[in-house]
Amino acid sequence: MITPAPMSSTLREKLESNHFVVTAEVCPPKGCDCGEFMEKARSLKGLVDAVNVTDNQGANVRISPLAPAALLTREGIEPILQLTCRDRNRMALQSELLAAAALGVTNILSLSGDYISFGDHAGAKPVFDLDSVQLLQTIATLNAGRDISGAPLEGAPSFFAGAAAAPEAEPFDLILPKLAKKAAAGARFFQTQAVFSPDRLARFTEAVRPLGVKIIAGIILLKSAGMARYITKNIPGLKVPPEVVAELEAAESPLETGVAIARRLAAAARPFCDGIHIMAMGREELIPDIAAGLRNEDN
Amino acid sequence: MIVSKQKPFIEILSALEPVSRVFLIGCAKCATVCKAGGEEQIWQMQEDLIAAGKDVTGSVVIDEACHMLRVQRDLRAKGEMVKGAEALLVLACGAGVQSVSAGSDRLTIAGLDTLFLGNIRRFGQFEQRCSLCGQCLLNETAGICPVTVCPKGLLNGPCGGMDEGRCEVNGDAECVWYQIYLRLRERGEEAPLTAIKPPRDFARNLRPGSLKLDK
Repeated sequence: MITPAPMSSTLREKLESNHFVVTAEVCPPKGCDCGEFMEKARSLKGLVDAVNVTDNQGANVRISPLAPAALLTREGIEPILQLTCRDRNRMALQSELLAAAALGVTNILSLSGDYISFGDHAGAKPVFDLDSVQLLQTIATLNAGRDISGAPLEGAPSFFAGAAAAPEAEPFDLILPKLAKKAAAGARFFQTQAVFSPDRLARFTEAVRPLGVKIIAGIILLKSAGMARYITKNIPGLKVPPEVVAELEAAESPLETGVAIARRLAAAARPFCDGIHIMAMGREELIPDIAAGLRNEDN
Repeated sequence: MIVSKQKPFIEILSALEPVSRVFLIGCAKCATVCKAGGEEQIWQMQEDLIAAGKDVTGSVVIDEACHMLRVQRDLRAKGEMVKGAEALLVLACGAGVQSVSAGSDRLTIAGLDTLFLGNIRRFGQFEQRCSLCGQCLLNETAGICPVTVCPKGLLNGPCGGMDEGRCEVNGDAECVWYQIYLRLRERGEEAPLTAIKPPRDFARNLRPGSLKLDK
């Protein structure tokens, strides 16, 4: 019998020992050539603690994130496998998770998933057999050596599970019970939507700390005012404040200003989080500029 | 009630292409309320078909077309009009169409698309609040159905796309979990927001559904 390699998670070790972590995301290809994906991910080695591999992001068909995540583990780059409930029922989710464990993938980000109408297969059947809370419970059940119908597994995984959070969404009183459910269902870290308001992140952190979940605050690199307006309009849960758009509008070099804004937001978020998650929107080479000085080991 | 609407006339004509003599069937219940298959629409359809060169042998509006025995009885009563037709065009929901097709050897054509079980907000305005899921959760969700009103059918609270109480899928719509939250706040309750709901049991909603009452 081939037993899965013992599953370790540097991300877990660092978070649990209160090291400030930096994560980034790389989008898998639409196609089966992972060359460019791997190049991007390799360039992040040493700069970030883990790389999120997105799952049919924005409801657009791409390679299953499992394959590129497994490729990362072979090169010693730690993936966070994003798994949405949009495209798989509870059977497919469990078998995907077991496959991930067999391939050495440990970190899972449990997501509901952007709705199907946002993407390139608007006529597809949306699944949502489970939601993100139930998926977290499923992960915990698999970790305990059983599938969710109660049957024992040959070889149990030991996933380190996380979930998404939108710290700036209102009303916060409505968001909070779901965050508590995610924590109760086994989420050990939250990777948040892009934050723009340190005050709202502080409110979020104050409420979430007692849940015992680590907070990785989302920082987005805005490359131009046009892009900021586009994501506000088209990306669910993302809203760039008008003053930030104006700052980019007035900038001589919007990209440089975008990096400065991201660095400023990251520094402002630093006291209220355990790490940052940088969405570099294709400019991953700028991640060191954004993250400079944030990690304990950098100081 | 079952909400339906007429297929585009061009599609109906295309389905009737191989025939020239048509008998029309409407429904006095839901399809009448939706203005999709009542007396008025049957009359209009007759005019349109005649103008398109078809021969309409007769028509009937059945009360109600989902009742299989009643459909057979009403069609028998129309005798030659039905026998003389090559096709039966049914302006009723999918259940009504199949009451007809189950009891007739004639070509049966569906003239409507059946949309949902709907509430009537006001005349001519229908909305879906129940999706016939077979395991009613309304007692746990402040009387508002997230299975239906949330496009994702999420049982454990709003998704990450909710903001200011709006739905990520349709910015004009309120998030159902926001509606539930407001309702609970009025009542000073919060348990439905905090209790984790397990996955739904789809074995309770297998298709085709059937129910036989004990005598």
